[in-house]
Amino acid sequence: MSPRPGFVLEVDRSTPPTLFWHGEGFRLEKLPVGSRVIYPPEPLAGIKDPRSAIREALDNPTGDSEPLSALLKPNMRVAVCFDDVSLPLPQMQAPDVRQLIIEEVLERLAQAGVEDIRLIAALALHRRMTDSELEHALGKRVYEAAKSAEILTQHDAEDKENLLFIGKTDRGEEVELNKYAATSDLIIYVNINLVSMDGGHKSVATGLASYRSLRHHHNVKTMVHSKSFMDRDNSELHSSNWRMGKLIKDSGIKIYQIETTLNTNTFPSQFAFLQKREWEWGLKDRASFLAVSESLKFTPPWAARKIFQNVKSPYGLTGVHAGEVEAVHRKTLENVYKQQQVDVTGQTDILTIGLPFIGPYNVNSIMNPILVHCLGLGYFFNMYKGAPLVRKGGVVILSHPNRPEFDPTFHPSYIDFFDQVLPESTDPLVIEKKFEERFATDPWYIHLYRHGHAYHGVHPFYMWYWGAHALDHLGGVIILGGDPKTTRRLGYQSASTMADALEIASSIVGRDPSVTHLHSPPLLMANVH
Amino acid sequence: MIGQSLAGKRIFLTGGTGFVGTAFAERVLHNLPDTELVLLVRPGRRATAEDRMRREILNNNCFDTLKEELGKEGFQKQIASRISAVAGDVSKDGLGLDDEGFRILGNCDVAVHSAATVSFDAPLDSAIEVNLLGPSRVAETYRKALKAADHQGKMVSVSTAYVAGSRKGKAFEVSLKDSPLYPDLPWRQEVDAARRMKLDIDSQSRSPEKLKQFREEAQSSYGAAGVALLAQETEKKRVDWVRKQMVKLGQARAQSLGWADAYAYSKALGEIALEENKGDLAVSVVRPSIIESALQLPYPGWIRGFRMAEPIIVSFARGLLGEFPGVPEGTVDVVPVDLVVSAMLAACAIEPSDTMKFYHVASGSVNPLKYGQLVDLVTSFFGENPVLDSKGQPIALPSWKFPGRGRVQGQLKRATKLLSIAESVSTRLPIRSKQLEAAGGLTEKREIAERALGYVELYGAYVETEAIYQVDNLMQLRGLLDEGDLEHFDFDPKQIEWESFVYNVHLPSVVEHSRIKTTYTKKTGPTKRERTLASLLAPSQSLVAFDLENTLIAANVVDSFSYLATSHLDRGDATALALGLLAEAPKLLALDRRDRTDFLRYFYRRYKGADRAQLEQYSWDLFDEYLLKKAFPKGIQRVREHRRAGHKTVLITGALDFIVAPFSPLFDKIVSCEMVVDEDGRLTGEVLKAPPIGENRAAILLECAEEFGIDPSDTIAYADSTSDLPMLEAAGQAVCVNGEARLLQIAKRRGWHSENWEKARGGYPLHLPIGVKR
Repeated sequence: MSPRPGFVLEVDRSTPPTLFWHGEGFRLEKLPVGSRVIYPPEPLAGIKDPRSAIREALDNPTGDSEPLSALLKPNMRVAVCFDDVSLPLPQMQAPDVRQLIIEEVLERLAQAGVEDIRLIAALALHRRMTDSELEHALGKRVYEAAKSAEILTQHDAEDKENLLFIGKTDRGEEVELNKYAATSDLIIYVNINLVSMDGGHKSVATGLASYRSLRHHHNVKTMVHSKSFMDRDNSELHSSNWRMGKLIKDSGIKIYQIETTLNTNTFPSQFAFLQKREWEWGLKDRASFLAVSESLKFTPPWAARKIFQNVKSPYGLTGVHAGEVEAVHRKTLENVYKQQQVDVTGQTDILTIGLPFIGPYNVNSIMNPILVHCLGLGYFFNMYKGAPLVRKGGVVILSHPNRPEFDPTFHPSYIDFFDQVLPESTDPLVIEKKFEERFATDPWYIHLYRHGHAYHGVHPFYMWYWGAHALDHLGGVIILGGDPKTTRRLGYQSASTMADALEIASSIVGRDPSVTHLHSPPLLMANVH
Repeated sequence: MIGQSLAGKRIFLTGGTGFVGTAFAERVLHNLPDTELVLLVRPGRRATAEDRMRREILNNNCFDTLKEELGKEGFQKQIASRISAVAGDVSKDGLGLDDEGFRILGNCDVAVHSAATVSFDAPLDSAIEVNLLGPSRVAETYRKALKAADHQGKMVSVSTAYVAGSRKGKAFEVSLKDSPLYPDLPWRQEVDAARRMKLDIDSQSRSPEKLKQFREEAQSSYGAAGVALLAQETEKKRVDWVRKQMVKLGQARAQSLGWADAYAYSKALGEIALEENKGDLAVSVVRPSIIESALQLPYPGWIRGFRMAEPIIVSFARGLLGEFPGVPEGTVDVVPVDLVVSAMLAACAIEPSDTMKFYHVASGSVNPLKYGQLVDLVTSFFGENPVLDSKGQPIALPSWKFPGRGRVQGQLKRATKLLSIAESVSTRLPIRSKQLEAAGGLTEKREIAERALGYVELYGAYVETEAIYQVDNLMQLRGLLDEGDLEHFDFDPKQIEWESFVYNVHLPSVVEHSRIKTTYTKKTGPTKRERTLASLLAPSQSLVAFDLENTLIAANVVDSFSYLATSHLDRGDATALALGLLAEAPKLLALDRRDRTDFLRYFYRRYKGADRAQLEQYSWDLFDEYLLKKAFPKGIQRVREHRRAGHKTVLITGALDFIVAPFSPLFDKIVSCEMVVDEDGRLTGEVLKAPPIGENRAAILLECAEEFGIDPSDTIAYADSTSDLPMLEAAGQAVCVNGEARLLQIAKRRGWHSENWEKARGGYPLHLPIGVKR
């Protein structure tokens, strides 16, 4: 049976309660009769033999590009750059698709006699990957060989010696990139396109850039005008990256882009119920839901987090394309939409979303309140094409415990952002103007970013800006089941039950509001007509 | 009458810095425009008599009304022309006056002696020197000075109504010698005995046993704070002990003779001695009862110092004092300070007579305030204006049952004992911060209970005194006043309306004075904490020193060692090593408590043979995976706030240099422990220099200040333990972070800023410091 497409359910009296993610746990909520629940399409079938698919992609490039082998010459220098630990979510069961591709790429490089090679994790301002994360992404063989040959590096956006100013776009945006990569004869970029925001020119123009360059598109104005940033053609974030991409190309930097797409087979069998529609839960699904949710009740948050962070997803590869950046990316987007898109008619007054335990920036770590904001109002709110799921002035209800918990190793500047910035203002423009530079240039954060495993000092600001379009658009945000004090600090209202949340929301949007629930997992992209 | 009589006269006043003295000085300046004042003031260590007069007398809010009337310049002009200070001391022969002072005294027309040791728990020796001998010294010196200047004068001496002793029935305004109940006592003998006892007690305090005891006590309250501080504290304990013994002796002697305490006893003997020594000098003695806040002048409710009844009233309002001894029908003899001053001035103004005159300024016989009435007024006042606790909730009032003194004392003693046991236990437990907020509260509660006990012991006798002080002489004196005098100098006790005085004047003044919160006020302006914080972080040329362990991170040298040592071990072996260290913890802790330097030297020997380069490599993992997770984000923020304010920051720690290296961008300088490295690059287990611990830290702080060209007074130190006391004391400002119990107590006493910093929440518990195997 071929996978069923996504669809929109209208809740009636017989509809069972709907499953909501709630951090490291779940809620079952009975939504009002007449509410809509948007279910994602079922996972597409994965490619049976990923290795041969990869080989085929390398040999049959997309767009205006020669096959990889034809681009290689013995004495050239090659930078093999790859997406970092923020993708995919959760981590993929071994072997990671990056491992498969890089193994194949290194094989070709060896065949061509290329010796000057460096592997670069394209971190941008993310934290450095840990040894075990690198090993997981690259596979033990590549990791150990690269490590002992001392060719495994991670992009350092604060290593002034190893940054190269490329120039300015026609809009005056500065482009500054990893010098080693920019001065290589060829950049081979290995991407994973989990959502439609990823990939394309963003891979190099963002992943290998510095703060000087990133600030031209990672800012409030750009984010407010990216409607949404998941929709490449209506995203100012992408337009800026595409301008930079053009400049990079024009400056003579050669990029061979390899993009992959995954299906939404996100959870292993013990969590199978997460991927099913509630009324289709069998006895086994009910039993495992009960077992999981009951045992979570007695598990302290840190232990629950550990359990969930250890989940590795059995993703299947749905596509791999290699060659010229823009052409490759078009194919990739087709694949992403094929898996994730659901047609929805009309906007809603209230949009409800259950937030999971993980987002791009808390792999093996804590989903802190700023990341809750980013995941809810940045990622999920923007999972639309056409028009936002929720109408202008509408309300979003996010379900998450939203505890004031932080990882001091990975997110030190987040702690200070929460303690020092949010009490003063939650307005992205005010925050940007008053605090961004201080955090971005703070030597302590730079020290921890470069030598430890910390996100860059400016990163929490970007997380806040990620929600700027939503804040601009919405009439209110309610966190269901969130820590009230923390929720207030974010500038939102808190509610302990769905009924309360809907009551609060209707004081903003009016009586008898329309309610729509964005069902996840897995991911979906609403195409709103 | 008073105005005319004292016009063009000059009054010499002792005890001007006291409650009555200040009010007296104000009244003269305010209401007797043609009278001058000379104050006898004891110079301070750094302040001249004139400085002290300005600071401690003229700056008092007693003068607010006058300043308002005259304006700033007018007031200064008055001061310049009408009031001056001479340096001297009533406990010294000849009042410690120099020739010029002596000459000035000789030209004064009246000498008013109001200097006294007023506290009920004065040590015997100082009560004797000041209260007993003081009046005679003033009289003798004044007489000689008058003679030398060939001038006429008279003297008014302030005593107390309680010289009458713990007696029942009427007490008259006559010389004690004529009082039937007075024990005929040779006062010189009392002076000699007191002086001798002081020497004896002092010798006792210097015996090896006693000194050992003081040292142990100091150690238990200061811990490993270093030699100098311990010595200082030990000496303080000795002096305190001597003082306490002298208080006990004074009380015992007084009570054996029928007085409530050493104050009344020494004042009584002082009157007798004065009578013997006055010679031909005309002397009046004013004997007030319990002096409380002003009825009218300088303004209703004015009071200086924490007076006798206030601590009790405040303890009651705070719900701490469930009961206070006394009978409801009993009389509380209270008199407002302005009445006392008026009576003194009237005594100054009248014609001198050969026989000594006595005046009771007391309310008991003509306008008594009953104890039961006072309790009702206090209860209803605090019922309407309840005292709020730290959370802003009203405190419920206990109902007073008028029990006997013995029962109350018993209750309070038990409470005090329990509280001090609880407190001493809490200082011995290795607990910090959160739990300690409770312990901090213990100290406060114990202190209040102790104070209340003291007051009940001392003050109880006064409440139980059933003497009724007659005021015939006083009323006769009042008869001499003319219409004009009555406006500013009426001292008739009958004018007091007790209900309105207690309710509208006295209690509001007590509340204001004791700074207790009785009404919920929404916060306006910064709190004290915020102000201190703002001053700590004000941009300036400052040097800020931080301790590391438990000040910035919740980890210690043992953790770090364990982490590094287990970094190359299998999980099982690593756990065993870490557990082994945990098992050793009590021993290590004891060693640490005794001497931190020894502890570090002993502990660091474990690094013997370790490869330094490898340790350096592991230290980033230790930092990232252990120390940062155990760090206090608010602490790290604070360091950086100081840097933003342009301050220099220094880390002073007993931890090893390679362990703290990743913290280096936070500090302008790091002073840490270094270990000797042999030629193979391995550690020898020996520490290179004396570890920066204890007193050493104070020296390092000052050296750093010098290195950065910063004045020692512009230094700030953050630390958590008593072993850091020398550094905290040496710094211009000290901040106690997550203080251990003993340090918190000390910090509270010194008024140091304190902080409670926590680890970031949400991490999984790091019970065992185990490194990641590579």
